[in-house]
Amino acid sequence: MAKKLGGNGAARLGFLHQLEGHTDRVWGVAWNPASRSGGAPSMLASCSGDKTVRIWEQQSTVSSSSPSWTCQAVLDESHSRTVRACDWSPNGKLLATGSFDATTSIWEHVGGEFDCIATLEGHENEVKSVAWNTSGTLLATCSRDKTVWIWELQPGNDFECVSVLNGHTQDVKMVLWHPSRDVLVSASYDNTIKVWAEDRDGDDWRCVQTLAEPGWGHTSTVWQLSFNMSGDQMVSCRNAILGNYATTQCQKYFVAFASWPSDDLQLMVWDSTVDPSEWTGNGGGPWKHLCTISGHHERTIFSVHWSRTNGLIATGSADDCIRIFAEDPTNVASSVSFCKVLEKQKAHEGDVNSVRWHPKDPRLLASAGDDGVIKIWEFEQDL
Amino acid sequence: MASQLINANPVVHERKARSVRQPTSAHDDLAVEPIDSLEVFDHVRDIKDPEHPYTLEQLNVVSEDSIAVDDKRSHVLITFTPTVEHCSMATLIGLCIRVKLMQSLPPRFKIDIKVSPGSHASEVAVNKQLNDKERVAAALENPNLSQMVDECLASSEE
Repeated sequence: MAKKLGGNGAARLGFLHQLEGHTDRVWGVAWNPASRSGGAPSMLASCSGDKTVRIWEQQSTVSSSSPSWTCQAVLDESHSRTVRACDWSPNGKLLATGSFDATTSIWEHVGGEFDCIATLEGHENEVKSVAWNTSGTLLATCSRDKTVWIWELQPGNDFECVSVLNGHTQDVKMVLWHPSRDVLVSASYDNTIKVWAEDRDGDDWRCVQTLAEPGWGHTSTVWQLSFNMSGDQMVSCRNAILGNYATTQCQKYFVAFASWPSDDLQLMVWDSTVDPSEWTGNGGGPWKHLCTISGHHERTIFSVHWSRTNGLIATGSADDCIRIFAEDPTNVASSVSFCKVLEKQKAHEGDVNSVRWHPKDPRLLASAGDDGVIKIWEFEQDL
Repeated sequence: MASQLINANPVVHERKARSVRQPTSAHDDLAVEPIDSLEVFDHVRDIKDPEHPYTLEQLNVVSEDSIAVDDKRSHVLITFTPTVEHCSMATLIGLCIRVKLMQSLPPRFKIDIKVSPGSHASEVAVNKQLNDKERVAAALENPNLSQMVDECLASSEE
């Protein structure tokens, strides 16, 4: 019988590496999806208030069990202000970076070099998040100008804006695509999450649901969103330490919120099983609130990431902590709940702005903070 | 300078005398003094009001009593009181306080800034903005805003 993670065995988050070089706070990290586990090089991009993006690569050596990291490139010729966000295309060849200078840059990784092949202009002010869809054909960007833009990658690396989504009444903090459908979600300073899908005739995008109803919506800024990977059999961990985690839950996504410290500092988990573009019912909308994770964070939760390999949820927050949550294995009812399996205090000397699980290796977690460094962690849990 | 002032006739208060601190023990120079509300007040009292030639202390925008410090937990909460309820300068004042404390306090401190309850028509919006670090970071990269903050802080360094 497969044993689920969470609750029982002692968990540790061991510090492996510290990547130094940025001269200001690091806002985000992104693993290259082409990164492999076990010896083959992993690649990481980071973006910072120092206006640069850095590319880090793991140097694997036969002799060392713990490969070192080096900075392979500094992308400093494109953005004139803070680089707030970065995201790799699914094949790992293109990197999108969004900046407070209102532009999004697209970088192509060719033979160890990174060339800026496009600069997307259109937002009126700060770009806060960038996200590729699963097929790598669409890129979403969002801004303080309250809009979300969808860009289509054309032959010859041209990007055409195919839709400008209006609906949020304040800054849009994050955009994220559903892992298997062309459904986009956006999180905002207006305390809501919006779900966007293409019209049936495929000529424009519309908001199909706003997650904000009283009683189960957030009451403050929604900073980040993360989907789990539904029914992904690859999640069975090859690593004996982690045990065999089989995902049986339906497709959900959940959100981190936070802001003014008097607020409730919660994570919310939503059932996103229903394809919103097929939704015809009334009342509530296609996606339902499943559960709320609260009482763990002391200050703003800036980052949340649901691992595609081990099913765990990591958070980074302004109380300088990294926390890891697992679905409660003791919960036998149809309801869903989560328990905290680990709290790493003083993970950074300052706010933790970003946490990201490795795309293939279920043990590895990267984090970035106001202290200007990126850390690589190894998660272990006894059975 | 704006031709019409938001608050044309502010009430000006006396500055308090600066208290000179005595070391608790002359023989123990290495003792770490915890940071208290008076020390934090000393950092912000001389910030200049954006539209008057007075300091935040003189306008009673901040006082020692409006500052709560928890040194052990590295937390500072400053409550400030804009001179008028519709003061459009409130976010700029709050931004100045935040920048001054970021420059003055050890980085371990977490700083929360809010307007005192009932003192501002857009209390919730102002508080939300002042405590959103992404908004603050973007504001400080705005040359105009950054210059205004610098001007308000310049007088406090005399």
